[in-house]
Amino acid sequence: MAIRIDIKKKMLSANGEMNLDINTTLQMGELITLFGPSGAGKTTLLRIMAGLVQPDSGHLEVDGETWFDSNKKINLPPQQRGIGFMFQDYALFPNMTVEENLAFAQDEKDNSRITELIDTFGLNEFRKRKPAGLSGGQKQRVALARALARKPNLLLLDEPLSALDASMRTSLQDEIARAHQLFGATTLLVSHDMNEVFRLSTHVVCIEDGGISKSGSPEKVFSDTSISGKFQVVGQVARIDKQDVVNIVTVITGSNMIVKVIAVDDDTQPLTEGDRVLVFTKAFNPIIKKI
Amino acid sequence: MDSEFLQTLWVTFKLAASTTVILMIIGLPVAYFLAYSRFRFRPVIEALVSMPLVLPPSVIGYYILVAYSPQNWFGRWLNESLGIRLAFSFQGILIASVIFSLPFMIQPLQNGLRALPESFREAAYTLGKSKSQTFFRVLLPNIKPSVITAIALTFAHCIGEFGIVLIVGGNMPGQTRVASIAIYDEVQSLNFNMANRYAFVLFAISFILLTVIYSINKKHETWRMM
Repeated sequence: MAIRIDIKKKMLSANGEMNLDINTTLQMGELITLFGPSGAGKTTLLRIMAGLVQPDSGHLEVDGETWFDSNKKINLPPQQRGIGFMFQDYALFPNMTVEENLAFAQDEKDNSRITELIDTFGLNEFRKRKPAGLSGGQKQRVALARALARKPNLLLLDEPLSALDASMRTSLQDEIARAHQLFGATTLLVSHDMNEVFRLSTHVVCIEDGGISKSGSPEKVFSDTSISGKFQVVGQVARIDKQDVVNIVTVITGSNMIVKVIAVDDDTQPLTEGDRVLVFTKAFNPIIKKI
Repeated sequence: MDSEFLQTLWVTFKLAASTTVILMIIGLPVAYFLAYSRFRFRPVIEALVSMPLVLPPSVIGYYILVAYSPQNWFGRWLNESLGIRLAFSFQGILIASVIFSLPFMIQPLQNGLRALPESFREAAYTLGKSKSQTFFRVLLPNIKPSVITAIALTFAHCIGEFGIVLIVGGNMPGQTRVASIAIYDEVQSLNFNMANRYAFVLFAISFILLTVIYSINKKHETWRMM
């Protein structure tokens, strides 16, 4: 049971023309992140999966069913793909209450499913409220619940947390992970945030300039095996402070741990805030002890 | 005299109401097409729909009258196969008025649809809903202010139609004589008292209609919060 993607599409991006060329096989049941800089083609790939964008050529197969095939002229419309899609702007319908938004997603009315989703995402007190009266985090939860209301086999999330502040993000990341465990839908998530990738996904596909640059488990993809360190942590540069002759680089790791590293000018020169970095040590043995 | 006054007002409202209903039925699919289609010649259709905004009513009226004439193929076909003569009849001014009010119905609807985020339609599709389910349950309810504006503008505009009705329909009491033409007629025969009554009714209706649109649209902003 797998997702087989082999598609090509010519895209117009801010940096001119770009060819999206993706060829990979993903396992069902996993929580997969599409990671990469903005404009690399992540969202387009997700929209191709949903049937909202048509590739120029290729083949797309999910769980044994062909969704797109340019040779056989197959292109299943989004309605028939059995997916849940969460949009960056959530796309909640303003004319419907939270409850009605969820009910709208169902082909056959199933109140117990709606109640289950409302309980799971802590939406009980807002169930009669319209989207305009909800906060960003609440909207995100409604959108996630609505995407799950049809019991999709494949859940597609387009940068679900980009509009939220840091503390809200963490709690909603847990929400997504829980939804994945609880409902078992294969989840594909677009993200350009490393913390998110580490906290959430079991598999990460790095997309750069329209192609896959790396693919695998987050630890494998983001660690540099060419460095034979005894102890390695991957993180993102949060801040670089200059102090007298050295610099203090603050790195936030995938598990939200904060590491401060002392570095000389030569080392910090190529670094800017937001860069992905590997923190490692060679000279000392890390020691493990039961606590 | 009084029964003629009521009769003229009746024709005026019958014309405006029928035009609005017909345009509502034609306008929704056309507005949908213009808002979302990627058809290459869409600008041509858009231009045709908006022509009544820039052309003098007499120009459109003239062409319609020519088309109705039994000397031309359309008029002849109507006359011979259906036995209908549209010139100087209520049906005739109704069709003319539908054509002339087209942009007043379509433009607000089209703008309303375009202002909705693209993701609404896409979300409904990914939730398994067809295009028509999406239109009636998601798009239409969320452009309520545009729908109200379109209906009220079309209705108000029809009540005020003058040139096109005069050319296509003439001034036949009980058939094609509408209030705006009656005003002109009464002024011509120096019957200012009568003209005043017609004018006041038209003024009052237009004013009330526009006030209603603006207050509903204002209220709608607060609805969204609940």
